[in-house]
Amino acid sequence: MAEELPGTNVAADTAGGDAFLAAGQPLLRIEGVAKTFGTFRAVDGVSLDIGAGEFFALLGPSGCGKTTLLRMLAGFEAPDEGRILLGGKDIGQALPHERPINMMFQNYALFPHLSVRDNIAFGLKRAGMPRADIAARVAEMVALVKLEGLEKRKPDQLSGGQRQRVALARALARRPQLLLLDEPLAALDKKLRENTQAELMELQRRLGMTFIIVTHDQEEAMTMADRIGVMKSGKLAQVASPRELYEAPRSRWIAEFVGDINLFDGESKLRDGRRLVIGTRDAGALVVAEPREAVGTGKLAVAIRPEKVKLSRHGPVSEAGRETAINTLDGVIADICYLGGTTTYKVKLDTGGMLQASVANSARLDVDAYSLNQHVVAWFTPDDCVVLQS
Amino acid sequence: MRKVSRLSRFNIASLALGLAFLYLPILILVLYSFNASRLVTVWGGWSLRWYHEFFNDRAMIEAAWMSLRVAVASATIATLLGTLAAVALSRGERFRGRTLFSGMLYAPLVMPEVITGLSLLLLFVALNAERGFWTVTVAHTTLTMCFVAVVVQSRLGSLDRSLEEAAMDLGCDPVRAFVAVTLPLIAPAIVAGWMLAFTLSLDDLVIASFTTGPGSATLPIRIYSEVRLGVKPEINAICTLVIALIAVVIVIASLASKLSSSQGESAAPL
Repeated sequence: MAEELPGTNVAADTAGGDAFLAAGQPLLRIEGVAKTFGTFRAVDGVSLDIGAGEFFALLGPSGCGKTTLLRMLAGFEAPDEGRILLGGKDIGQALPHERPINMMFQNYALFPHLSVRDNIAFGLKRAGMPRADIAARVAEMVALVKLEGLEKRKPDQLSGGQRQRVALARALARRPQLLLLDEPLAALDKKLRENTQAELMELQRRLGMTFIIVTHDQEEAMTMADRIGVMKSGKLAQVASPRELYEAPRSRWIAEFVGDINLFDGESKLRDGRRLVIGTRDAGALVVAEPREAVGTGKLAVAIRPEKVKLSRHGPVSEAGRETAINTLDGVIADICYLGGTTTYKVKLDTGGMLQASVANSARLDVDAYSLNQHVVAWFTPDDCVVLQS
Repeated sequence: MRKVSRLSRFNIASLALGLAFLYLPILILVLYSFNASRLVTVWGGWSLRWYHEFFNDRAMIEAAWMSLRVAVASATIATLLGTLAAVALSRGERFRGRTLFSGMLYAPLVMPEVITGLSLLLLFVALNAERGFWTVTVAHTTLTMCFVAVVVQSRLGSLDRSLEEAAMDLGCDPVRAFVAVTLPLIAPAIVAGWMLAFTLSLDDLVIASFTTGPGSATLPIRIYSEVRLGVKPEINAICTLVIALIAVVIVIASLASKLSSSQGESAAPL
């Protein structure tokens, strides 16, 4: 076994990862990887670099190839094309047990015939670790995931959250260079999921380990990951930080997949300094900031996130607001959706379109709330808009 | 509130009738095995005479010993082959003709025993094999292997494949993953399969009578030929012993499966 498992200091053990980073080489490099099942191209030419210590999320709808990509990293599928380099070494065709990578399975895949302790010790025994060291490592892992006192239980005597922790401890026990997590929180209820998200992030930071998580839940990816790779039909559509992904989506599809968005189709009309005027069918002419990447003259779409849209009864109040709030749209409230922290209003624009506005409920009393069929003015600045190629 | 599981009078009556239908003949047989009378149908008081007679009947003891040896040998071989077949069919890569293979594996389940027996007899004659212990064992193995395969395959089917993947992920090569994780989890099904094969072999008359040779009769063959000359009370004693043996085997099998299910997995299909 190539792996060595000495010592008890977790940070020291993963120092190997930092060495690659120092050499300017990513921990993991995926080069033009493709996988075909029959005639279905599950993963279609994905290239990606992941640095040591990074928390990376693969996000996409079901069937987009994210799980297949993860399984190729774990070694359960061999890529048909391309290379997978871990620390500069090609591991594309290596078997799962030959890789210093561990995976946490979606359904946890705990061994039902083994106790919590034996589940965690399983990988250590295979690595030929001395008995005393195994006991110490298991104790350390049990403490890490807060499972003290449950070591002798069998998986079916544990709750869902406890099982999830055992699976995590088992995957971490061998101190892999890379930990893969396949929808690790999908089976937990909402409250537990949020707590576990925070714990996972804390753990990842503390251990300095590299995590790759696969999820279809964009909120989960945004909360936890340093960078997100959005996948669509086997291809990486965009790789970006959560903020960039949300505020500067590269395509219409990503804009709609990540969060809610208002989209207005139109055509570029004229250029006014750093501003662009786009004539839309449903919202009239909109003034937008010129995008960083030049857009063609063909069909475009203007995208505005609901929380960037401000509502008022009589248009922008302050003088400053009037200057920047170049886009003002009149309409009536058509639908109200109260969500506690925010309220989402659907505004039927006089120009014909529908506009969603998300307003923070900053006051407890409904003094600033709008009612159905009330006339409102919606406004947003050119910088709030994203121009997308249609 | 009344418990739903409470039995009504009708239920009790039908249950009693059903059980009586199944077990009354056996009960009578067991009872008459302790009969002192020479006549099978006349009660002459308690006695262990017929058991004594059986243990002194060399031919009968030899037949019983032959049956036991055949049952153990064929059940063991059938369990090995059946398990391998089940693993290959449910775990191996999909290959051309896989459906045909699994269909063919299960054909003996529905094949009339006369046909199986006759075809095997023709095979052994063609091969010029001396008929005796080994021919019966081979014949019983072909019969019982498919039962083992069915039991093991259904267990494998209900097993999560990611368990094996997890084992490989944690440092096992595919063979070790199978031994360390899959085998312990399908062990109850393998044990159940062995028991099933054992009892099937023990009570088979048709295939054995086609494939055995002179001087190596199995117990069912021996009993059948004795009965044709008239039922002796000794037969009752032998049958009682066989029933006792099978009962013990079944109790052990269900205990084993219960034990393994309390270890965290659902019981094997028995």
